[in-house]
Amino acid sequence: MSEVRTLQIDGKDVAARSDQTILSAAQDNEIGIPTLCHLEGLSDVGACRLCVVEVEGTPKLLPSCTTRVEEGMKITTTSERLVAYRRKMIEMFFVERNHICAVCVANNHCELQDLATRLGVDHFDLPLMHPKLPVDATHERFAIDHNRCILCTRCVRVCDEVEQAHTWDVAGRGAESLIVSDLGTPWGSSTTCTSCGKCVQVCPTGALFEKGRSVAEPKARRPYLPYLVRVAEREQ
Amino acid sequence: MSKARLATMWLDGCSGCHMSFLDMDELLLEVLGKADIVYGAFVDAKEFPEGVDVTLVEGAVGSSEDLRKLKMARERSRVLVAFGDCAVTGNVPSLRNPIGPKAVLESVYLEKPAVNPQIPSQLVPELLEEDLPIHAWVPVDLYLTGCPPSAARIYDCVKRLLDGEPPEAVSEAVAFKFG
Amino acid sequence: MTAVGTPAATPPPRRRQAGPLIPEGPVRASAHICQAAGCQSMGSDRLLEVLSDEVLGAGLRDVAVGRVGCLGLCSAGPLVAVPEQGRVFERVRPDDGASRQDLLSSLSGEAKGGRPLAGDSFFSPQVKVVLERSGTVDPERVDDYVASGGYTALAKAVSEMAPEEVVAEVVKSGLRGRGGAGYPTGLKWRTVAIQDSHAGKYVVCNADEGDPGAFMDRSVLESCPHQVLEGMAIAGYAVGASQGYVYVRAEYPLAVKRLSHAIREAGREGFLGREVAGTRFGFEVEVRIGAGAFVCGEETALIASVQGGRGTPRPRPPYPAASGLWGCPTLINNVETFANIPAVVAKGGEWLASMGTERSKGTKVFALAGAVANTGLIEVPMGVTLREIVFGIGGGLAPGRRFKAVQTGGPAGGCIPEDLLDMPVDYESLTQAGSMMGSGGMIVMDDTSCMVDVAKFFMDFCREESCGKCAPCRVGTQEMWRFLDRMTRGAGTRRDLEQLESLADMVRSTSLCGLGQGAPNSVFSTLRYFRDEYLAHIDDRVCPAGVCAMNAGGRSEAVPAGVGVAGVGSPK
Repeated sequence: MSEVRTLQIDGKDVAARSDQTILSAAQDNEIGIPTLCHLEGLSDVGACRLCVVEVEGTPKLLPSCTTRVEEGMKITTTSERLVAYRRKMIEMFFVERNHICAVCVANNHCELQDLATRLGVDHFDLPLMHPKLPVDATHERFAIDHNRCILCTRCVRVCDEVEQAHTWDVAGRGAESLIVSDLGTPWGSSTTCTSCGKCVQVCPTGALFEKGRSVAEPKARRPYLPYLVRVAEREQ
Repeated sequence: MSKARLATMWLDGCSGCHMSFLDMDELLLEVLGKADIVYGAFVDAKEFPEGVDVTLVEGAVGSSEDLRKLKMARERSRVLVAFGDCAVTGNVPSLRNPIGPKAVLESVYLEKPAVNPQIPSQLVPELLEEDLPIHAWVPVDLYLTGCPPSAARIYDCVKRLLDGEPPEAVSEAVAFKFG
Repeated sequence: MTAVGTPAATPPPRRRQAGPLIPEGPVRASAHICQAAGCQSMGSDRLLEVLSDEVLGAGLRDVAVGRVGCLGLCSAGPLVAVPEQGRVFERVRPDDGASRQDLLSSLSGEAKGGRPLAGDSFFSPQVKVVLERSGTVDPERVDDYVASGGYTALAKAVSEMAPEEVVAEVVKSGLRGRGGAGYPTGLKWRTVAIQDSHAGKYVVCNADEGDPGAFMDRSVLESCPHQVLEGMAIAGYAVGASQGYVYVRAEYPLAVKRLSHAIREAGREGFLGREVAGTRFGFEVEVRIGAGAFVCGEETALIASVQGGRGTPRPRPPYPAASGLWGCPTLINNVETFANIPAVVAKGGEWLASMGTERSKGTKVFALAGAVANTGLIEVPMGVTLREIVFGIGGGLAPGRRFKAVQTGGPAGGCIPEDLLDMPVDYESLTQAGSMMGSGGMIVMDDTSCMVDVAKFFMDFCREESCGKCAPCRVGTQEMWRFLDRMTRGAGTRRDLEQLESLADMVRSTSLCGLGQGAPNSVFSTLRYFRDEYLAHIDDRVCPAGVCAMNAGGRSEAVPAGVGVAGVGSPK
């Protein structure tokens, strides 16, 4: 059984359940913390680091998506330092691969692009890396363009946790990390992919997309995952 | 009070940002009331003049000629604006960076054309190794993003700059968006 | 007795099998040949055969030729000790008869050559707890270990002590994690011990040693694997676990072989298995081989890897002590930490606590490398000064060279300059100096080392080893390396330096695990003590140590954003 915890977020007294994360408690109180790898309905991995917050008495910054609330916590979600760090993170996502908003299928409905606008990132100080990356368009209906991938692993998690196909995983390490299907074989030849399209739906950028869609063509982005998860839980 | 001096420059880009500038329509008259356009695609000036107040640079830096022009613009302008996504991030022209200039030239001039395939070498400037945003080469005062930036946003920025607002303040005041 | 060199009347006795040569009668002298990986790479395994034949050929029937673990002076291998005479012979080669002359003379009674252990500047200042049996017992013979008092601590713990009492001894000893972070070992044990778990608990030994130039754990496993197994079994008893894993990297095949052999031996002798030392306590150990990812030394990544998953860290809490392997409470300690345990239990926590400084107890093993005369594996009491290590045990620098810095703590550590050499070696002092204890790598650098180049080297390591899960580490290490690379090519600017510092701060503060959080440390520590070298690279385009190429002439191929290259633009 979860208990009630009282804490302060950005000076506001809030109450939360003991099994809630800082992020979810903040959201309940309409305090917006930027996120990228987090998605309601999927497990949290704390990988994008955008949601890090300051907790009084803790020297390290903590990812709000994986840190549970504790009694008496005093949390700061926005400070000059945090904003500077978050801007740098957004910059990092842009410079590490080849993000060309103008010709991207996700233009105008891209979470990375929106965050850049929201956080005031209007150029990149970090050197652009321009890696040479593949596009896998072997699947009948979908394609993955690694140039636009930010390695949030939402696709990996939705495929594993919700669709339970585990077609996607991560190969390589560091800057060489790559989302792969079926141990690195072409997506189109995958024997595990159910073509459900959930990965495409959860992709925050234009890395995973439906074939035939043009630049900036809007796609439906319904918050259907929590619903699916609840259905699955009820069936068990 | 004498009119301010406004210039534009077109480097490695599609000229779409210049088109968007023209989309200001009747507001152009207001801008022209504040400033003379002394150089760029809209006027017939051969040489980039000295003493320019505001210069809008469209396009990335892709060739040695781009770089020469950009340096001149920087030297002779008080405020230099990266005008549009190509100037700010490299954007579409930078798509060639992962494969390098040699592969691009070969693909365009040797593999694709049907007649007389050859890589042009005379009267064309040399391609730089990478197509880069302009602030990779010179200091930039304001980043005006967008592909292209909307006419409204261009107007907002240009008007504020011509009215003497410092670029940092303009950057704070105007909402920017890539793409 | 036959004199050396006298031809034997009968054909020389043939050895029945390979391995140690053990005389039937009493032993007058013995040759202990180091069989750790360093000496083996110099041919010490063949030396065992060659020397045994020679000893037999010379008719020295009372001379033993045996295998031992690391003797310490790793750069002077193959090493052979003659304990009866207290001497160590260096560079005794299997293919060079002359290199064996002094040793053979000594074995036949005429003490000659070699390096005396007593009073030697390398050997005598050392205090051995972890390496107590390294260089004296045969790593492949459990009998040797038992004869030297091995497994008595385990027997004592499981038959005479309650688990809480064992934990209490470890707490009392003041032992702290030897993997690098220095978390109090006793506290960790207690945390695991008090957990309630129906599904069981686990003990994991972290042998995924990955710091460049560090080989402490490898040496311990190669020299005395039983000591580590004994420590793990005691830990299992203390915290209530019946299964242990040793996570060792695939690059250590000899360690894996000896460890696996030791596990079989210990099982056969009843020191591991269902009834440890004849009691109802059962403890099994399995070896898990890593694929050589540095990040798997991070405990949550290690757990993921042991479970068969991709070796990436996850945010803590929950700590493994509460939720580790398969979600069960898990005690993870480093090889060296476990190797301390038998002595702590046998001699009592106070005994270990009597060594070292107020907050850092016991001893620490270091892999001493770089620009010193004596390089190899050393064990010193905590609190010894860096000067004693570098100029005493290490034997100082080559003639004409000036000391510049000593790098400790591996890729997440830092460089300590000359004016801090009298600082005591303990967790707090090293951290305060901008470095860290780390697992025990210690690289001495003289004036031929460029500190920008050193920072670049470690950053290169970090970017290679970044797992790629979190963006600050994945991208930040790449970008920091690029800035450093530009500087070493003579293309760096003041703006680069500013960006590098701000990026380093961001990566340290926001990365998910210790790899990313520690990666900027090489930059921070070199900037703290050697900023002038950075500025020489940037302002004067000169590498003071003459290491960097500084060859970025003409147009730079990739110009970082916001930065003018030489001759182009100028800052606002």
